Amino acid sequence: MATNSEKKASLLTRFRKSPVFWPLVALVIILIFDGIYAPGFFKIGIVEGHLYGNLIDVINNGAPLILVAIGMTMVIATEGVDLSVGAVIAISAAMGAVLINPALGNELISNEILTQNISHTPLPLIVLANLGAGTACGLFNGFLVSRVKIQPMVATLILMVAGRGLAQLITNGQIMTIYYTPYFWFGNGFIIGIPVAVYIVIAVLIAATLLVRKTSIGLFVESVGVNAKSTFFSGISEKNVKLIAYTFSGFCAAIAGLILSSYAHSADANNIGADYELDAILSVVIGGTLMAGGRFSLLASVIGAVVIRTFTITMYTVGVPANALTAAKAVLVLLVILLYSDQSRRLINKLFDRGKSKKESDDAKN
Amino acid sequence: MPKIKKFLFINGPLLATILIFIIVYMIGGQLYPAMKKPQVFFNLFINNASLLIISIGMALVVLMGGIDLSVSGMIALTSVASAALLQLNIHPVVVMLLMLLMGVALGCAMGCIIHYLKVEAFVVTLMGLFFARGMAYVINRSSITISDEFYRYLALTKIPLPFFENVSVYIPTLAGIVLLIIVFIIARFTFFGRTVYAIGKNEQSALLMGMPVARTKIAVYSISGFCSALAGIVFSISLLSGFGGYAKSMEMDAIASVVIGGTALTGGQGNVIGTLFGVLINGTIVTILQFNGTLTSWWTRIGVGVLTLIFIGIQSLFYLKKKRD
Amino acid sequence: MANNNNHEILRMDNIYKSFPGVQALEDVDFCLKKGEIHALVGENGAGKSTLIKVMTGVERFDQGEMYYDGEKIKIRSPQHAHSLGISTVYQEVNLCTNLSVAENLLLGREPRRFGLIDWKAMNERAREIMLNLDVDIDVSAPLATFSTAIQQITAIARALEISSAKVLILDEPTSSLDMHETNLIFKVMRKLRDNGVGIIFITHFIKQVYEVADRITILRNGKLVGTYETASLPTISLIEKMIGRSLAEYEDMKKAQQDSDKQRVLVEAENLAREGSVEPISLSLRTGEVVGMAGLLGSGRTAVAELIFGVEEPDTGHIEVDSLPINKHSPHSSLLHGIALCPEDRKEAGILGELTVRENIILAMQARLGWFKSLNKNKQYEIANKYIEMLDISTPSADQMVKNLSGGNQQKVILARWLATNPKLLILDEPTRGIDVGTKAEIQKLVISLAEEGISCVFISSELEEVMRTSNRIIVMRDREKVTELPGDVQERKIMEAIAGTE
Repeated sequence: MATNSEKKASLLTRFRKSPVFWPLVALVIILIFDGIYAPGFFKIGIVEGHLYGNLIDVINNGAPLILVAIGMTMVIATEGVDLSVGAVIAISAAMGAVLINPALGNELISNEILTQNISHTPLPLIVLANLGAGTACGLFNGFLVSRVKIQPMVATLILMVAGRGLAQLITNGQIMTIYYTPYFWFGNGFIIGIPVAVYIVIAVLIAATLLVRKTSIGLFVESVGVNAKSTFFSGISEKNVKLIAYTFSGFCAAIAGLILSSYAHSADANNIGADYELDAILSVVIGGTLMAGGRFSLLASVIGAVVIRTFTITMYTVGVPANALTAAKAVLVLLVILLYSDQSRRLINKLFDRGKSKKESDDAKN
Repeated sequence: MPKIKKFLFINGPLLATILIFIIVYMIGGQLYPAMKKPQVFFNLFINNASLLIISIGMALVVLMGGIDLSVSGMIALTSVASAALLQLNIHPVVVMLLMLLMGVALGCAMGCIIHYLKVEAFVVTLMGLFFARGMAYVINRSSITISDEFYRYLALTKIPLPFFENVSVYIPTLAGIVLLIIVFIIARFTFFGRTVYAIGKNEQSALLMGMPVARTKIAVYSISGFCSALAGIVFSISLLSGFGGYAKSMEMDAIASVVIGGTALTGGQGNVIGTLFGVLINGTIVTILQFNGTLTSWWTRIGVGVLTLIFIGIQSLFYLKKKRD
Repeated sequence: MANNNNHEILRMDNIYKSFPGVQALEDVDFCLKKGEIHALVGENGAGKSTLIKVMTGVERFDQGEMYYDGEKIKIRSPQHAHSLGISTVYQEVNLCTNLSVAENLLLGREPRRFGLIDWKAMNERAREIMLNLDVDIDVSAPLATFSTAIQQITAIARALEISSAKVLILDEPTSSLDMHETNLIFKVMRKLRDNGVGIIFITHFIKQVYEVADRITILRNGKLVGTYETASLPTISLIEKMIGRSLAEYEDMKKAQQDSDKQRVLVEAENLAREGSVEPISLSLRTGEVVGMAGLLGSGRTAVAELIFGVEEPDTGHIEVDSLPINKHSPHSSLLHGIALCPEDRKEAGILGELTVRENIILAMQARLGWFKSLNKNKQYEIANKYIEMLDISTPSADQMVKNLSGGNQQKVILARWLATNPKLLILDEPTRGIDVGTKAEIQKLVISLAEEGISCVFISSELEEVMRTSNRIIVMRDREKVTELPGDVQERKIMEAIAGTE
């Protein structure tokens, strides 16, 4: 009689086998490194009634990345990838900045009007436009992948490049500075001493987790990633599953764009969200979701994103220049993918076997 | 099979691309009579020299059924590395050779990871892109000027063209043309080239037919690396400087040129001549926008993106239709 | 030099080969003479492909001996087999169709001039080769522009040219060819045979076996049934040996009782057709009955099953379930109408290997409930355990990954998946393939009991005895058409006559 082995295993074993284990290990290693080489890392102070410090920075500044990583996880789980997240961030940020602009629609603008603390559009509509634009991008990607059957890499690559152009178009090529203070709340505000961004991240994480675990969406996504054809034969529209995954990724990137532009008080279509696709893929891969699709864990990807952020800030603290970091991250992604791949496991096994058989033949000789 | 049908089957997409180029150019000529000057046509070759070179390399990779996203990063890396080395007073020719070597080495490394470790090409070359660009910035955060005499000579010497009045190109411009001819011969007349086409159509079959798949794949990525480095050299000559931020998104333009040139991303069909016209179409659109003056450059980004999407979409639908039948 | 016709080029004695959970070949003998066309027949799972794999070095046999041209050998790898002169041409043309015929023939041995390919010489040589096989074509045109027959012939010619093959294995070469193209292939085959090449011809087209083969070897369930001279084996005997009553004893199973008062027409399909898959077919299925579909490979049974289930859209015809027409053709829609299909290819279209037994079992049920109504975990375990027990699925727990289970148990998991949806119509396509004898019996008993509960079952199997044992009615398919319907207690001979077309 089959038993529910899940319930029988001890808590420790369950933790060790859970997807969050290894990313947490990685995080702990980096924190230990910080403890030794950069003790100032852990200082948390209170400035103007708000929590302040590197650790807070990780979550605060890492919030956009965590959000993008959550969206990216769903896409990768369906055996796809979304390279357009950076561009979507730019588009959503551009939408926000443009709609706030008091000079919208006016021919003559004076500097006074431009820098006023007012918004052309009410805040709720701005947020809606932000999120709507990003979600529409996701929908577009999803349509290309699921209906037109273009490979995910190619489909999202198009938006990755054309998207920045689109964002430039929206902002008319200028880096738009935002003067409307209520908008700053998303990226700079605090509730009970904790940054607003943290709350947003937690809210999205909880909502997403409920969505994938409390509904059948999570099962369907994993199923599509494992074998899209069998999933189809089981009566599930694998096309729609993929569509939802990409739309969700666009949505998450849109929120990230909102937070980023709010934090920086500006929308720089060229540079905002730069390298986010790299960091997001890295977060998901560290979190243990395979590029080949299938099982995924949102929480593990979140921790993966935290690992990346902590790693990044640690490197800055220690004095490594930003761009060397990019190069190092690129190598890191490949290493992690290889580590998790079948190919390397077989290679490692072969090495072990060779060592073992050599030992056996040596033993036999004696 | 009737001769004309066979001709169309093999060369159809190429003819379509050439036709599109002629149409686009004529539209430009109608809108802006200044475009009818011959120098404007040859400027296409001058201004897009780097793009042509990486597109040729990209065409070879795509024909083989792969992709190389790292090309623009390699251009940036090459430009900065060259500038830095020149500042150390290393002989320019040596610098160029070192850069080409670097390109081959990086391409070879990526090829090995793709083939032996079985990691997908887009992941490996995407990481290659980030790595190369990152390393470019590591070498120097900002741009480095090149004041070397040889480079300046290459950058400024005009070569007047025989049959036209007042029309000239520069020496680096010719690099792309020469490369095009060489790669065309390789693709059409060597066992290596035919193996590339075979692998692109069906790697499994090529393997079963006894073709040297591993060697060929790695060689192709090495060639793409070589082309990226060569393009980087040409780039640094034309701008007489090196900077990590150069050539942003150029990989997309290269892919666009290849796709619009009639080479399918699925591999196995197309040719480099088409890629030349893809580059020319790209360049023509940019020229038209420049003549217009009011539409901004991001329209190029969007326009090229849309055009590529249309071509890829058509290719994808054809592929699906073929599979169904 | 000995008389060609009596000389053996390839001989395999007492071959055993097993894979985890299944004995693919059991004490199989095979010998191929020089200059003969030798047909190898048997239904799927009979062991044909495994035999070829051990012959060509793709797999190594566990026990037995192999002789090549009189010498005892062990084949190390496909390349080794290739170098010996054993060449295989598959149904899927393993050439690169974007290259020209000449390139496909000669690349690797192409004539060169100054290091570059000498196209003129290559095209000339290629034309010569094809003319030798009586094929007159423009060898410089891309292979893709030619019919599959020509592509096949090119593949054969390459095999001979590049490796001077002495043994040529043709695996289903005529499956996608029309009559004219098939004759072309046969012409080439005969020419090669007359030149002393030993050809192994694997096919499921019985007529073609009789047209072209000198001898026939029949495999069934991994065992050798026998090798016969074609001239002395009538068609009906051939079919009987392939799919007829086996020696294994089964408990006397009683079929589902049919009570026409209690039963109603559940599914009415009219003129369902799909180009290239199945000619217009009409059938009606009643509740509480098992309808068997008999026929050989390629007769269209799976195509019919997939049409009913909505995997493909029919070109014509319509289906009604319980008087409700099916308007949208998709597995999801069929699921909502109460139809379930246990597919033929459980690896590609059935199991989700990296998911657990529990997840695999509740998947279709969940698909029917939709996106938002999720079965809670406890209920899922309940259902999974219920079916693990009911079907006696051998697994350490419901959390085991399905890919770790044996073939038979995987099949049971798929069955459980569909049973859990409480279907009105359950279609089973080759549910006993690649499964041990005990489980085969279990599944057949299960089908009968499902019918007794009122479920309508369609049972597709290449094992005629299974179809006869379980079915209340039998539909016979041949060459993508429904040939006839027979009552469930009909004599085996009648079914085989219908399949063979020799009424």
